[in-house]
Amino acid sequence: MDDIDRRIINTFQGGFPIVERPFAAAARILGLDEADLIARVKALSEAGTISRFGPMWHAEKMGGGLTLTAMKVPEDRFDEVAAIVNSFPEVAHNYAREHALNMWFVVATERPGRIREVLDEIEARTGLAVHDMPKIEEFFVGLRFEA
Amino acid sequence: MIDSIDRAIVKATQDGLPLVERPYHAVAEMVGIAPDEVMARMERLLEAGIIRRIGLVPNHYALGYRFNGMTVWDVADSDIAEAGRLVGGLDFVSHCYHRPRHLPDWPYSLFAMIHARERADADALVERIAAVLGPLSRGNLVLFSSRILKKTGLRL
Repeated sequence: MDDIDRRIINTFQGGFPIVERPFAAAARILGLDEADLIARVKALSEAGTISRFGPMWHAEKMGGGLTLTAMKVPEDRFDEVAAIVNSFPEVAHNYAREHALNMWFVVATERPGRIREVLDEIEARTGLAVHDMPKIEEFFVGLRFEA
Repeated sequence: MIDSIDRAIVKATQDGLPLVERPYHAVAEMVGIAPDEVMARMERLLEAGIIRRIGLVPNHYALGYRFNGMTVWDVADSDIAEAGRLVGGLDFVSHCYHRPRHLPDWPYSLFAMIHARERADADALVERIAAVLGPLSRGNLVLFSSRILKKTGLRL
């Protein structure tokens, strides 16, 4: 990653234009050419430096369901339980965290009613309780990370 | 709410925008509508907040942010709006939510995510949140993520 990559990351965590040739418009802002910007974004994606490029959708405003849940998983079953949880396409993120509640995952569904079904299925297949912590209110979302 | 064409646009872009000169044209081809309609709909979805933003999501670990802490705070229900306003307004907090407690194990109701390159920096950020909350916080914890087990984002 060089200084140009850093500028790309710092500039386009939002505000990517909606025009016929958005990379050309974005490249002009950075003083690059279109082909160079596309190639760099591709390389950053392939290297795993950026995990996504595109629109970030707001699940609830689309009419879908979204929740954060936590499980207390015995250490000797951790990988087995992680495999079960991750096998659900509705599980969008899953993080191991240092706490008795050691597995935290986000469930996103097209229908809100599907959330409960997924959590019930995970409880049935793992034999472990899933603590549902849907947001009651959102105060802020959207920090930019500096590269 | 979104209609079936919007939904088709979501499906066409959930892995990201195609990295080509005319990405919205490529999406239009996948969805089977005109490129101008894709762009007009995405403008509208952005204005409505159904698209939060369009751009890149850095992998914060790859950028050196190794200490990603979920800070959680036990705040009285009557204080939560004020506490959320204060903490959500801090420039280093990436997400801030009110979530239900699960007593007796989990008394925490205010969640705020922080990200730092060094442990000492993360600790300092937690201190700043504690200072802003003052007596509004009756207790807190920081849960660092030790491993990403899955990160695919939204799927329809």
